[in-house]
Amino acid sequence: METPGFLEPFKGRWTKRHLLDLESLSSDEITLLLDVAQAFKESTNNCRTKLSVLTGRTSVNLFFEDSTRTRTSFSLASRRLGADVIEFSASSSSLSKGETLLDTAKTIQSMCIDTLVCRHKAPGTPQMLAENLDCGVINAGDGPHEHPTQGLLDILTIRQHRGDLAGKTVALVGDIAHSRTARSNIWGLQKLGAHVIVCGPSTLVSRRWEEFGVEVSHDLDSILERCDVLNLLRIQFERQYTRPFPSVREYALLYAMDRKRMQRAKSDILIMAPGPINRGVEITPEVADGEHSVILHQVNNGLAVRMAAMWLLNEGRATT
Amino acid sequence: MLRTLIQNGRVIDPSQNIDRVTNLLIEEGRIAAIDVPADGSAHVIDATGKLVVPGLIDLHVQIREPGFEEDETIESAAYAALAGGFTSIAAISETNPPVDSAAAVTYLGRQASEADHCNVYPVACVSSGRHGEEMAEIGILHNAGAIAFSDGQRPVSNPELLRRALEYTLMFGRPVLNRPEMVELSRDGVMHDGSISTVLGLAPMPAEAEDVMAARDIRICEATGGKLHLLAISCSGTVEILRRAKDRGVGVSASICAYQFALTDEAMRGFDTSLKLNPPLRSQDHIDACIAGLNDGTIDVIASGHAPRSSEKKMCAITEAPFGMVGLETALGLVGTHLVKSGKVDWPTIVRAMSTNAAKVLGIEKGTLQAGADADVTIIDPDLAWKVDTSAYRSKSFNCPFQGVTLTGRAVETIVGGITKFRYDGT
Repeated sequence: METPGFLEPFKGRWTKRHLLDLESLSSDEITLLLDVAQAFKESTNNCRTKLSVLTGRTSVNLFFEDSTRTRTSFSLASRRLGADVIEFSASSSSLSKGETLLDTAKTIQSMCIDTLVCRHKAPGTPQMLAENLDCGVINAGDGPHEHPTQGLLDILTIRQHRGDLAGKTVALVGDIAHSRTARSNIWGLQKLGAHVIVCGPSTLVSRRWEEFGVEVSHDLDSILERCDVLNLLRIQFERQYTRPFPSVREYALLYAMDRKRMQRAKSDILIMAPGPINRGVEITPEVADGEHSVILHQVNNGLAVRMAAMWLLNEGRATT
Repeated sequence: MLRTLIQNGRVIDPSQNIDRVTNLLIEEGRIAAIDVPADGSAHVIDATGKLVVPGLIDLHVQIREPGFEEDETIESAAYAALAGGFTSIAAISETNPPVDSAAAVTYLGRQASEADHCNVYPVACVSSGRHGEEMAEIGILHNAGAIAFSDGQRPVSNPELLRRALEYTLMFGRPVLNRPEMVELSRDGVMHDGSISTVLGLAPMPAEAEDVMAARDIRICEATGGKLHLLAISCSGTVEILRRAKDRGVGVSASICAYQFALTDEAMRGFDTSLKLNPPLRSQDHIDACIAGLNDGTIDVIASGHAPRSSEKKMCAITEAPFGMVGLETALGLVGTHLVKSGKVDWPTIVRAMSTNAAKVLGIEKGTLQAGADADVTIIDPDLAWKVDTSAYRSKSFNCPFQGVTLTGRAVETIVGGITKFRYDGT
């Protein structure tokens, strides 16, 4: 396995075994991940070229929740790097026979795998696996805790369109309470010098975020003119017992990004959404598909970010 | 005549306001006298540098037999209790079938008797089947040997049921032990509601869930004149509500679990399922309020909150894991380390909370070194540093987050009815 020249400058710089969150990463580590992702994009025909840097390596996608873009993106990223990929479905596994999660993971690991990509509805599950397994673990979303590669791809998208993050104002709008994307964005953006605002109904946006240097707002209209980026998060009805606002209609009236609000926003505002998007709830169709929207760029960047994460973790393991 | 002289120990007996270095004589299973000199006629236990206290009493031990013997049996719990310095435990039903029949109470007593470790006092259900709907046959359960009534970790949510139970138990002079938690406010919660839960994305258990229920329970207690004990309190608001109630003379008491003093909610960052507890680990301000409440007598009792769960039940995602940690074998070490060694609470207060007051709440003739009392005595080495090793546990379960942690203070000899039932030999 020969390392392509464009990756040579990044060799030996990653020292962690796992990618579990952005909270524990330094700004240098986040920048390294972004730089490697950018290098993949620029040097592999927007990640179309198949490489052989991970030939002989195996990654397993251990997904306990439904997923379209993340799972596909991780699979494709591994394959683009030459690794073998195993797709694991919780419903057809021995978990349905009563085996514990950890025993299932250990069983899979004993088949000589190198990287485990885990999504689970419970916060901390990837961390628990990382503490008990020898392979590298990537968190592909653990409940409302973190989704580091989503955070990275959001930040990469902003960096591509607006350059350096320092001094930029990024608002995360919507269901912050239940959003893993929000948490990864908060840590990643702040570490790179951005000012982060979380905005939404008081039942979904806790004032406690102020303790972590985040601005909290419940009034989108009052912050709109200051924002360089709006990242519109989905309302996660499936994680709520009692509805945190009176009606979807009222939510849309107060927080949906629509044409009228776009007219009052900065002329170069960037509209983002981690998806899946609820058209008409957090974003109207004309904004989702409008000229300021980079939603599909985000998806595209996901592939580069996951290739970067996969390569760095495997390359790091090879050198440590 | 069987005579044992415990010599040169610091005898602490809050029931008699005794705290001095002296000798304690045991004869025929009972306390004979204190301050007696050695005359060579008794077996001598040298307690120099150690504390000699009334046997510790744990009023909050989850018993898992029958139904969940993979977690704990009555025998293993009673043995673990001895290793932790407890001479008596109140066995609260977390069983299936629940302890809501005379047969179940009798079974508990028989298993404890066969085990022949510490004293085991059955606590029977408040409600039939622990369903929280109909009152259990409290009179029959009392006659069978139940000393208190509790639905365990399941709070009595129905205020009418609680009112009736407090009124009815008055006839027997027995307490209702209730866990104050408004479950609608803590549903699916995993940890304390605070900054850390916000960051981790773990569903919160707000302090208000306890405060509001405690206030309700206390008001009902006040109205009925019943004997209410609030199990496992943890919040500053509850302490304040209790303090005011006690000032008014309400017949309410409360206990706290020893683990509450050892860790804050910050520890949840490790997503360790053995730290998934109910009540959860709280923030430092709540802990400080509870320590103040302990020192001024607002909180009466420190319990272990022993909640054994077999390893396989905890080897899962944190949201799916059951609540609880084992506590019998670490409770004394935790308070010794985090309350006494740190200078926040003195040993007499600890002994009052872990023995004298627990006996009062349960209405049992224990928790004293008065002449004529049962010779249940715990000898504590307050300075002994020891490392928690779950592989040496007497409990059947190892769901303990303190594995490998060094604690200061532990029971080195546990005497029940004048007989040494446990002696610490370093393991």
